[in-house]
Amino acid sequence: MNRDETMFWWPARVLHWLMAIMILAMLFVGAGMVASVSERHAWLLALHKPLGIAILALAVLRMALRLWRRPPPLPRELGAAQRLAAQASHWLLYALMLAMPLIGWAMLSAGGYPVELGGGWRLPPIAPFDPSWFATLRWLHRTLAYALFALVLLHLGAALHHGLIRRDGVLRSMLWRRRDAVAAAEGDAD
Amino acid sequence: MNQPLAPPRPPFPFARWALIALAVGGLGTAFAYVAGPLDPQRLTPHRLVDRLQANGGTHPGYRRNHAKGVCVIGRFDSSGAAAPYSRAALFAAGARTPLVGRFALPGGNPYAPDGGVPIRSFALRLTQADGQQWRTSMNNMPVFPVATPQAFFEQLQATAPDPATGKPDPARQKAFFQAHPETAAFRAWIKDQRPSASYATEPYYGLNAFYFVAADGARHAVRWQVEPDNGAAAAPLGAQDVDALAGELERRLARGPLRWRLWATLAAPGDPIDDATRPWPAQRQRIDAGTVVIERAQDQDSGECRDINYDPLVLPDGIVASADPLLPARSAAYAESYRRRTLEEARAGGRPPKESAR
Repeated sequence: MNRDETMFWWPARVLHWLMAIMILAMLFVGAGMVASVSERHAWLLALHKPLGIAILALAVLRMALRLWRRPPPLPRELGAAQRLAAQASHWLLYALMLAMPLIGWAMLSAGGYPVELGGGWRLPPIAPFDPSWFATLRWLHRTLAYALFALVLLHLGAALHHGLIRRDGVLRSMLWRRRDAVAAAEGDAD
Repeated sequence: MNQPLAPPRPPFPFARWALIALAVGGLGTAFAYVAGPLDPQRLTPHRLVDRLQANGGTHPGYRRNHAKGVCVIGRFDSSGAAAPYSRAALFAAGARTPLVGRFALPGGNPYAPDGGVPIRSFALRLTQADGQQWRTSMNNMPVFPVATPQAFFEQLQATAPDPATGKPDPARQKAFFQAHPETAAFRAWIKDQRPSASYATEPYYGLNAFYFVAADGARHAVRWQVEPDNGAAAAPLGAQDVDALAGELERRLARGPLRWRLWATLAAPGDPIDDATRPWPAQRQRIDAGTVVIERAQDQDSGECRDINYDPLVLPDGIVASADPLLPARSAAYAESYRRRTLEEARAGGRPPKESAR
């Protein structure tokens, strides 16, 4: 069993793309629901809460996977500043993935709202009923949501830069193996 | 291949950079549209609450609508008669559910005169033993003036105080009501209504329809109301009566609890479910669901109701919202009002800032 060290492990790739869709959806759902008085407001809110908890659970799993199996190394020719930017932005992404759902949950708790996930699922409060807490967490939830969206845009731009301009295998490491790489790994039996 | 150096220049670099810009820019633009800035025509909770604020003045820490009120504490004693229609635990026979309520006047001015308008409101938050809640905000009128959030926004515009006089412009109001025939039922009600001298002698209506969901999943469209069982009120208030209601409530409560019967009216096929401007025929089946008992009052600046958002979409299992477009709008606007006032409260050190001694 030989692993391709230039690629992300397949569960990490699956989780990455699944969560990319979920987080992007979550950001749009959140922005849309607070900017609407139509029936969209109600159903987006109903979607926002279970989706947030699902992201929290998957983010924990993904952190564990990342510690379990290191991601492929960055290209050697990458400069020190870019290397630092890459590492810092990834840890920030992870931090926000974990923090945003927790802040949302705590915010609802502090506002005295029952934390309903739909289908009869309800979470216990994780913060005291306190309007000052609510106000602070509400502000933080919104501010960090914008920060997360900015990071997502940066991440997308950087990934495409690696894939289209530098063509250094960084984008490919999250996609699929190259045919010739697969053939080489299998020893070209034909 | 040995050591790769700086990556070679790719073919068609311009097209590649354009693709990156398009992806990042396109996603950012889509987000800005959804969030509102690129869609200035949309009625957002922000705009709605700004409009309420413009009409009622800015009073930090206070609700943007129904700013003047009083907290009450009590319970709901279920008769069990609604249990076949709704599986909510609070309707079970013999259930006693604690509640935090609030009586209030309409508008955003916490110093409004009690005798100014005949509208009064009554909000309730019932908390079941399992932690589920039922929140409802009712008014003493049987129908709402308008059916949609957009029409409500236009009504607020039409009734905005004229900067010159400080009073709404009668011509604008008239024009609005003429353009909105659905306001007829509300206008007929308010024409004969005098500002009551007591919160305790008014009936209060849930206005919007909801569905009761039975244990077997069957759904019945309902509207609810509470009817007072507290004797008569004194003569109606006049414009000179600025602060009569809270004191009158205290005096009544000093003599004993106040009671309202909670009635759920079942819709018949064809009754309007998602239009709060249209009353249902009087002969509809009504269920006597139990008694709302109010035991004591609290000052709203420090009472338990202060930090509650009476969001009509916080419902227990057994009650679900109808498609009435006012419901999500109320929910969204209340949330925005709550966001603003809790922030003001937090900045003032956790207490609502006092503008003047009351």
